[in-house]
Amino acid sequence: MNWLASIGARALNVLAAWGRAAIFFIDLLAALPAGLRRPMLVIEQMHAIGNRSLLIILASGMAVGFVLALQLYNTLITFGAAESLGLVVNLSLVRELGPVVTALLFAGRAGTSLTAEIGLMKAGEQIAALELMALDPRQRVLAPRFIAGMLSMPLLAILFSAIGILGAWLVAVGLIGIDAGNFWSIQQNAVDVWRDVGNGVVKSAVFGVICTAVALYQGYETEATPEGVAYATTRTVVVSSLAVLGMDFLLTALMFSAPS
Amino acid sequence: MRPTPGVSPLSSDDLIEIDRVSFGYDASRLILNDLSLRFKRGQVTSVLGNSGCGKTTLLRLIGGVHGANSGRVVFDGEVIDVRDRAQLYRLRRRLGMLFQFGALFTDLTVYDNVAFPLREMTDLPEGMVHDIVLMKLNAVGLRGAAPLKISEVSGGMARRIALARAIALDPELIMYDEPFAGLDLISMGVAAKLIRTLNDVTGATTLLISHDVPECMAISDWVVLMAAGGRVVAQGTPAELMASTDPEVRQFVRGEPDGPVKFHYPAPDIAVDFGLAPSPSVGVARGAVA
Repeated sequence: MNWLASIGARALNVLAAWGRAAIFFIDLLAALPAGLRRPMLVIEQMHAIGNRSLLIILASGMAVGFVLALQLYNTLITFGAAESLGLVVNLSLVRELGPVVTALLFAGRAGTSLTAEIGLMKAGEQIAALELMALDPRQRVLAPRFIAGMLSMPLLAILFSAIGILGAWLVAVGLIGIDAGNFWSIQQNAVDVWRDVGNGVVKSAVFGVICTAVALYQGYETEATPEGVAYATTRTVVVSSLAVLGMDFLLTALMFSAPS
Repeated sequence: MRPTPGVSPLSSDDLIEIDRVSFGYDASRLILNDLSLRFKRGQVTSVLGNSGCGKTTLLRLIGGVHGANSGRVVFDGEVIDVRDRAQLYRLRRRLGMLFQFGALFTDLTVYDNVAFPLREMTDLPEGMVHDIVLMKLNAVGLRGAAPLKISEVSGGMARRIALARAIALDPELIMYDEPFAGLDLISMGVAAKLIRTLNDVTGATTLLISHDVPECMAISDWVVLMAAGGRVVAQGTPAELMASTDPEVRQFVRGEPDGPVKFHYPAPDIAVDFGLAPSPSVGVARGAVA
């Protein structure tokens, strides 16, 4: 019966971990007003989380735009639909690739940085020092970072999509020779600001909540050792990525399942 | 007079009472087992003991970082309940703590670290914060280091900065976790004198945990000797402990290698570990601690 006890113990551990994560998330939400009362800390964190992620986001957006234009042109030309290249690129980026790829890059760049920072603060007893100064670390440390992450992600996703479309324009118009007027006008006519762009922004805001909350939780709950911090940063990337991909399917089904 | 083991006499002047407290990070290994102690208001009390005997854990229990598995910790007549955050934070506003490794905020300068509790916990104007910070830094001899980053200061300096931060708000109870570790002789003397002076001038209660016997004996009103498991070996005034004939007390205060206090962590016979003698019990893994 040892195997049965082992399965039971594992199931209990998983449930306890989910419970701890849920309590952490509720505490984090409760700390948000306190975080908003510290706008300078939020701005500092937006600089650290958002601004310092700009290079990787813009470079990736440009590269994705380049290859999207090339790959889609090769497919669309087969069906005589090359003039719709601008539209397909735009919708791909704004609805899906912008929010999702930005979130995955965010988890790797800013998420790991947040986890390591909080984990090392815990290892260096800075979190305990705040507690003993009667300052709630959730309000002083976590909430400003959470708000900054939530605000930064949609902005980064918009920039990713914008630079991606520019990259696709460079390839489509400059390299392939598609008419520039057609490239832009078909987007102007067929892309809906609320349904397409708006839903993309909502998606990226949800991903911002997920990635930042996961990163902060992993840092806050980490074992305060070098191995613990290393393990927590890895878990941040894995858990955030899986959660983003799963949530993306759910949101896409909710937002775009009905034909426009 | 022979020092008295166990609980000190009851007194209405006690600021902190540790009442039959047991604590372990996991239930199978208790760090403190049925510990009872009292700390008098306005006194400097040192808790001395070997590494790993539960001294830091004791401070964390008083600060409400951990809750006791059993027993109660009483701060100025209030039983500390770690689940009651409002009570915890109210009590914590009355204490300052120097952490074993400083726990300084590495993204702030020396000045900002000391100013941190003043800015966060009070509405003092920046000019007054400036004056207090420089006074506290001057007290620990580091006024000139105010603009430095934490990465630019040595370990001993970091501890002195942490000391300045711990006393920034002139708390009612100041807890020092190994304040002398890593300090050079001059800094150690200055720090010891500062701890005593602060206690006397501000009327605070000081709780000091350390294994530096001479410094603690020189500045303390009351000394508690603790052994593994949180067992109180003896307690009394420094003079009483120094004059004690108890072999365990003598060994500790004189730092003698041989005596009732074992240097080695419990282990099987060394011949068993090196495979030169048979293991006394079948089924005990090689290298496992007895």
